[in-house]
This record gives sequence, C-alpha cells and structure tokens, in this order.
Amino acid sequence: MKKNRRSFLKVAGLSVFALSSGLGSLAGEAKADVAPGKYEAEPLGRKPLAAKRWAMVIDTRKFKSADDYKPLIDACHKEHNVPRIRGAQNAEGHDDQEIKWLWLDKFDHAFPDEMNEYLTPKIKAQVFPMLCNHCTNPPCVRVCPTQATYKLPNGIVTMDYHRCIGCRFCMAGCPYGARSFNFVDPRKYLPEQVPNPKFPTRMIGVVEKCTFCVERLDKGMMPACVEASGGRILFGDLEDPNSVVRKALAENFTIRRKPSLGTQPGVYYII
Amino acid sequence: MVEKLLEGSKRYYYWLLFLVGVIAVCGIVYIYQLINGLGVTGMSRDVSWGLYISQFTYLVGVAASAVMLVLPAYFHHYQKFKIMIIFGEFMAIAAVVMCCLFIVVDLGQPQRALNVLLHPTPNSVMFYDMIVLMGYLLINAIVGWTTLEAERHDTPYPTWCKYLAYLSIVWAFSIHTVTAFLYAGIPGRHYWLTAIMAARFLSSAFCSGPAILLLLILLLRRLTGFNPGKVAIRTLATIITYAMCLNVFFYLLEVFTAYYSGIPGHSAPLTFLFAGYEGVTSWVTGFMWVAVFCTVICLTILINPNTRTGSYMPLALILLVLGTWIDKGLGLLIGGFTPNMYEGITLYLPTAREIAVAIGVYAVGALVLSLLWKIALGVKYEVGHFDGDEGDEAEAEAH
Repeated sequence: MKKNRRSFLKVAGLSVFALSSGLGSLAGEAKADVAPGKYEAEPLGRKPLAAKRWAMVIDTRKFKSADDYKPLIDACHKEHNVPRIRGAQNAEGHDDQEIKWLWLDKFDHAFPDEMNEYLTPKIKAQVFPMLCNHCTNPPCVRVCPTQATYKLPNGIVTMDYHRCIGCRFCMAGCPYGARSFNFVDPRKYLPEQVPNPKFPTRMIGVVEKCTFCVERLDKGMMPACVEASGGRILFGDLEDPNSVVRKALAENFTIRRKPSLGTQPGVYYII
Repeated sequence: MVEKLLEGSKRYYYWLLFLVGVIAVCGIVYIYQLINGLGVTGMSRDVSWGLYISQFTYLVGVAASAVMLVLPAYFHHYQKFKIMIIFGEFMAIAAVVMCCLFIVVDLGQPQRALNVLLHPTPNSVMFYDMIVLMGYLLINAIVGWTTLEAERHDTPYPTWCKYLAYLSIVWAFSIHTVTAFLYAGIPGRHYWLTAIMAARFLSSAFCSGPAILLLLILLLRRLTGFNPGKVAIRTLATIITYAMCLNVFFYLLEVFTAYYSGIPGHSAPLTFLFAGYEGVTSWVTGFMWVAVFCTVICLTILINPNTRTGSYMPLALILLVLGTWIDKGLGLLIGGFTPNMYEGITLYLPTAREIAVAIGVYAVGALVLSLLWKIALGVKYEVGHFDGDEGDEAEAEAH
C-alpha cells in the first residue's frame, strides 16, 4: 500500500475530527466521574501510624443514647462517602439494601450469644455500635474467590473495590453482618460534591465495609470514629502491652461479638 | 451429527421459537438488572443470596445426577441403561450451563467474573466450584459426543472414553460436594453449618435429577416414540426411591439434632421455615409444608412396588421434584439467612423481575437440552436404537 503525504493528512484530519467530535465527547462522558478537582491527592504530612495488630476498645458506658453515637456515625459515613439509602425513596431497591459501615442495635442483636433475659434495664434500653471486627481469622477473606478482600499485616481487613466481582460470598461468610453490597448505584444517593473528595466513591455491584480508616492511619490520623468519640473509643496496637487498648483491656471487663466462632474479633466492648 | 438439529417437525421449530422468545423477553429484564443493579431483586443486606444462587445449587444437583445412569452402566455393566445414558449426560450439560448462567446473573459485576481465574484463590470454595463445574461440563461433552458418534458408526467407543466416563463418576460426586462446602464451611450460619450437608445434597440430587430425567424421557416417549424400556424405567424408579428415602432420612437427622440438643441456633432456622420465628411467619412456611405433603405422597406411591412404575409414577415424580425443589431451591437459602446475623428476621421475597431472569436462564437450559437431545434422538433413530424393550420381547418370545 502506497502512502503519500496527502493520504496521511486525510487520515490525520479524519482522526482529529473523530476525536474532537463524537468519539471525543464519548470519552469525555466516561471520564466525567473523575473530573479534575473532584478528588485531590493529599501530600503526606504526618508520619503514618503503625501497629502489629490494630484493635479497638469501645467504652459503651460513656455513651448514654443513640444520639451520643450519631456524631461518630456521621463522621465515618462522611469520611467514606457512605450514601444514605434507607428511607431515601429508593425506586429500585428496598430499605434493607442500605450501606452501613458503623451502625447501632440493641444488646441482644449485637451479642446474640449472651442469652440473658434478665439484663439490667439500662443494658436493655441501650444501643451498641457495630462495625467490621477486623478478625484475626476473617471468614470473609477465606471465602473471597478473587482476594478482593484481604488482610493487611497490621490486622486490618480491607478491600479492593475494583477486583470485587460482587458474588457476595463474603456477606454470607461474615458472622457479624458487617458487609454491605451496592445493590443500587451509590453515587445517585450522594450529593454532586461528595462529602470527602479525598476518598473514592464506590460503583454499583461491589461489596464494602469499614476499613478501620486504613487510609487515615497512613496519614498519621486516628480513625474517624475514634477521633469523633473524644476518647470514648480507644484504638491501638493489641500486641503492644503498653498501648491504650491493652491498658483498657487489662483494667476493664470486655466482651466481643460471637467469640465462640473462632474469628478473633479485633473490636472489644466495655459493658 | 450437528445436521440432526435441522431435521425436525413443525412442532420442534415452534418449540425452539417459543424458547428463543422467552429468552429474549427475559434477556431484556436481565439487561435492565445489569443497568440498575441487583437492587431490582428482593435480596437485601441480610439476605444477600436469593433465588439465583438457590437455583444454581439445585441445578448442580441435577447435573451431578447423571452419575445415577453412568455409574450402573460403566461400573456394573448394567446394559439396560446404555440406551439412555446419552440423555443423562446431555441433561448434565444443560444443567451446568444453567448453573454458570445463574452465577453470572447473580454477580454484581459480571464483566469481572474471570477475576476468579485471574486471581486464583485456593482457600475459596468458589474457586474450586468454578473449576469442577467447568471440568464436568467438558468431561460430559467429550464423553457424550464420542459415545454418540461411536454409536452412530456402530463401532465401540475408544478405551480412553471409558476411563473418562469413570472420571466423570468421581467428578459428579465432587461437584455437588464442593457446592455443599460453599455452605457447610461458613461459621455463623446455623442452617448450613452441618457436616451432613454434602450427603444431603447428594441424596437430594440423586432422587430429583433422575426424577426430572425420567419425566422428560416419558414426555419424549409420548412425543417421539423413543422408549427407554420397561426394565430401565423400573431400575431408575428404584434408584430414585432409595435416594429420596435417604434424603428424607438425612433431613430428619438434622431435625433431631436441632431439637433434641435444644441449642437455639440450630433449631431457629427450622422453626422459622416450618412455623415462623418469634411471631414472624413468612410465605415460605406454606411452601415448606407443601414440600412435606409432596414428600409423603410421592414416597407412598414410590415405596410400594405395585404402584412405583404404575400410572401414578409421573405424579409421584412431579411431587418429588417439587418437594426437593422447595427444600433446596427455596428453603436452603432462606433458612440459611433467617434468622439473620443479629438473630432477627429479614424477610425475603423474590421480585417479579428476579423470577423473570430465573425463567430466562431455565429457558436457555431448555433450549440447550432440546438441541442436544434432538441430536441424540436423531442418531438413535438413524441406527434404530429407540426401543429399549426390543431385546426383551425377542427374549420373551424365545422362551
């Protein structure tokens, strides 16, 4: 095939036309989700926080009601752009298809193994926060067929949202109901300007959950809920005998959710 | 042999057209689901698997059940089954195709399905499930096609094919065992966390699969005159009866352990399924009692040797399929997720769209089955192997 300057210019001209018109606009549409300025990279300021095994101790005695937990939940859900789907007149899904990373429930729902009908009225009336337990033996990691859910060396169980195929085996596997599936497009339930432009929103059809704010720890910050709790939630290294969590565990009686399953949850509750 | 697909009656073409129509309509519903997400289904945060995965589970059993023909024929040289083995193998292929489709329609991000192979994860049972299902599809396709080709040319099938058939026997047990392990290895789901799950799956598969096969074969006899033979029908009915008895026995073992131990977690799903839990009763309770009713009636007909292969047999088989389908295609998943992780109740009801997608997958299976059976039947008629009673009558005359 002979190629002269004339035919080259023809092809080049056609390509420029295609790119600048139809095809160009298509590509622009595809990129709209990550338009410049929507997500900003943060320069590493503080030294990353490190631990051999991150763990959390929640002092439930210091929370009087659900209202006390609300700032924590708001902080978490804002930090991670968690959409509010429940009650949002969801045309497709129903109320139970919501996303939650940190949520509240009654004692006998949070700790169904503690079957005691005669709890104190205070405990009966109280609500307890629930989140991913970041288990030492996480069933969700065991069952995931693509390693989209994996455990970091510091004990945090986290996710690759781009590898998740949405099979929801992890949701069947998790004994704590800590996982949420994006049954509907979560971005439809977020404002145009997302609450936290530094954290990615998720796409439809993948599973998500609490990450112990691994991205904040890397920047030297405590998890959002810990920060918002004003010292009522402790976070530290379980393998360091001098850490705040170990001190709290040594001084207080604590329980964990469904410990008999052998998952070794990393979230402890002072009751 | 593919040319056999093109030689059919008008009825055959109308049937194919009907199936393609159903697939097209349901395919549109699936595209709608693909765009809008699994939010169009009745599944939720607490009941995160539903109709799709339960149909997958049931159909793995149907696929595995081909072994109930292959095993007697190849291991015990039971000649009477030889005439219809090919139908069992081809039904297994259709069932595996449906299994794969039910997994795909259940995925939130189906375009990433091959991540399972791209990032092989030996600790995940789903990884093994994908391997064994694909392997089973391949083995059945090769064995089925080769034996049929040999039959057509009136030559013995090659020796390697026999060994592949032996492998398919072991493989059939493995696909349903691995599927049971999907459930039985999960901590915290009381209804599934039981060592007998795989045995229950196999027994339920070995009655329901052959029952579906026998019903379809009887239909085939009416439509085309293909006759599997009285003896083969009787043997298959006996196998179905034994497997169903085992299935019921295994289920009752669960009931005993759950209620005699008195451990609330073990009995809660059964209580929910059959009577409602903490004042909440759902539509599934009615279905579970229908399953009990079906089981009692079908076993009454099948256990009695006088009625087993009589005129009530099709009714018994239909009831058996319905009963086992309710147990495994509905109760298994719903009981596994209810009570939920917080010992509360989240009800599940499949939506119309979800059911439409499931019907679409079944239609694809029916299409695959129709085409494969058309080929098999064409070859059977070509070589004159379409009457299983033929030899027997000659034998009877000789006596």
